[in-house]
Amino acid sequence: MTVSNTSIPLTVFVEGIGLVGPGLSSWDDVRDKLLGQTPYVSAPTVLPPPMSLPAAERRRAGAVIKVSLAVGHEAVNTAGLRAADLPSVFSSSGGDGVNCHDICSTLASSDRLISPTRFHNSVHNAASGYWSISTGATPTSSVLCAHDGSFSAGLLEAVTQAVVDNTPVLLVAYDTHYPEPLNSKRPVPDTLGVALVLSPQRSERSLARITLSGAACMSRAPVDTLSDPGLEFLRQTIPAARALPLLQGIARQQAATVTLDYLDDMHLALDLAQP
Amino acid sequence: MISDAPPPPAAMQALRLSHFTAASCIGVGLDTTLASLRAERSGLKPCDFDSVDLATWTGDVPGVDLEVLRPDLRAFDCRNNRLAQLALRQDGFEQAVLAAAGRVGKQRIGVFLGTSTSGILETELAYRALDPVTGALPASLVYAGSHNPFSVTAFVRSYFGLEGPAVTVSSACSSSAKVFASARRMMAAGLIDAAVVGGVDSLCLTTLYGFNSLDLLSRQPCQPFDAARKGISIGEGAAFVLLEKLPGSLDANVILLRGIGESSDAHHMSAPHPEGRGAVTAMRQALASAGLLPGQIDYINLHGTATPSNDAVEGKAVASVFGNYALPGSSTKGATGHTLGAAGGLEAVISALALQQGFMPGGVNTHQVDPDLPVDYLLHNREQAPQHVLSNSFGFGGTNCSLVLGRAG
Repeated sequence: MTVSNTSIPLTVFVEGIGLVGPGLSSWDDVRDKLLGQTPYVSAPTVLPPPMSLPAAERRRAGAVIKVSLAVGHEAVNTAGLRAADLPSVFSSSGGDGVNCHDICSTLASSDRLISPTRFHNSVHNAASGYWSISTGATPTSSVLCAHDGSFSAGLLEAVTQAVVDNTPVLLVAYDTHYPEPLNSKRPVPDTLGVALVLSPQRSERSLARITLSGAACMSRAPVDTLSDPGLEFLRQTIPAARALPLLQGIARQQAATVTLDYLDDMHLALDLAQP
Repeated sequence: MISDAPPPPAAMQALRLSHFTAASCIGVGLDTTLASLRAERSGLKPCDFDSVDLATWTGDVPGVDLEVLRPDLRAFDCRNNRLAQLALRQDGFEQAVLAAAGRVGKQRIGVFLGTSTSGILETELAYRALDPVTGALPASLVYAGSHNPFSVTAFVRSYFGLEGPAVTVSSACSSSAKVFASARRMMAAGLIDAAVVGGVDSLCLTTLYGFNSLDLLSRQPCQPFDAARKGISIGEGAAFVLLEKLPGSLDANVILLRGIGESSDAHHMSAPHPEGRGAVTAMRQALASAGLLPGQIDYINLHGTATPSNDAVEGKAVASVFGNYALPGSSTKGATGHTLGAAGGLEAVISALALQQGFMPGGVNTHQVDPDLPVDYLLHNREQAPQHVLSNSFGFGGTNCSLVLGRAG
């Protein structure tokens, strides 16, 4: 144990970032757009095939698996760490929407025999499971949901784990859309995933330093928004994209306090600085 | 049996289960739960849930649908949250949480709950009532309050008016064991002083037809570790624990969370690693974080789902950590059914009862222990007071979590 039971600042270093979303193909790509160096143009999310999975699983992999594996690998590769060694946090508002729609449709039909693959892919930890299987990662994986606040909940979990257990941690947050009729109840326009490797130690690869000021990180200050209307639309409509103000702060390489959506009555405030 | 070698130093600071409660098919609240355990009574019955046409047995909690959510929380109405409310009103749990909030502050108590299917039943039923013209779901379906996995955690946090961190852990059948780990880290980081942890999972068609599709449902009441075991019986349940830091002095009867181990199999989505690799890691980590040697555990509450492969692998894993037939163990799923995302929490509460009341619960419904499983499986209650109990929870995706609970004195 590296910390005592008092409310002390929790500091981690961002060692790698991965991102795929609508009109966004990688961390380098989104960084240029968050800095305004390249205009953001909305386009349907292009999901790379999950090449680390065996062929049979690759064919059956849904969007949540594709997006989380893509961003997870990007972040871990940038960090220069071995995926197999890293504990992970997977956080998503809803899991695989297409899979859920298919199961609910089948259960409402006269023939309720759902597919076994559909069923085991319906668990909220499907992406975490495929990540672990495809990378050989045997450390713990925490699989979380906090509705629209799922990114911040995942970040809080990953930061506390990195500091308390003194280990680098992979955080993967991802959301995908539901088909109709669920889409009308829970409109998420497209798939977006973001991954961060957070380490309690600074390295030559560190991109930024994040500090949570103890209990003061639970904040009622207004959340940061983005000036680009296209990116702000993503932030407001895809829970995982609530991470974008943090990524913009990292891209700017300046010290700043960033406030992110978390729970209905509570935001998450973090201090960002050069590593 | 205690080894001569000195135990390793504990890697985690023990926490106190200051209050707890549970609801399952064997009892709503601790008194009825304990009475069922003492009487070796199972709550399983032939499945008559909704319109399900499967030859299986289920563990239904009586009175769930009679529970009416508090008027200000009606947006959370669904079977899963009714079950949550039914449980948290038992055993003075509600009063204990409110008293803790008064002591440490509403912002200093986190809520970490496990569920696998949350209120998905509402969506399953809504799909039968689509608008014949537009195909739209009925207006009555509230996604955030029912279907979303966070629903139960948001409900419980709102119920108590808590303002600290909150998250749902949803990693299938390890969910409500892993909440203890999340709460432990957040307390060690100093972000909170106490946590409401536990799990709630309720019957739904997805899990009944889903486990049926994998040919994992038993046609008889499930028989963990029995030579004739044929699969699981699905149950529903809710369990809540108020987890707090240790005060300066402890009564001997206080139940402690001593150790936690977590791991991933990295093997297969719905089958455990054949040698139980992840299970072994989780158990060893739990012992190490508790600072205990294998010989200091007195009883194991096994995951014991009663599928042929799960029990075979768990038996192997337990034997490789503790030795063949080294200590008594049982699965309480023959009594409660497999409550999936609530199982870790429910079995932590059952383990706490065993520690508090000084007995080891026998494995109800199991008649002839599989001779291939090298575990001293208890067919009946043993009137022997355990000092330390290990509780296993493993799930789809190869997720594993073991907890060590103990008496303070």
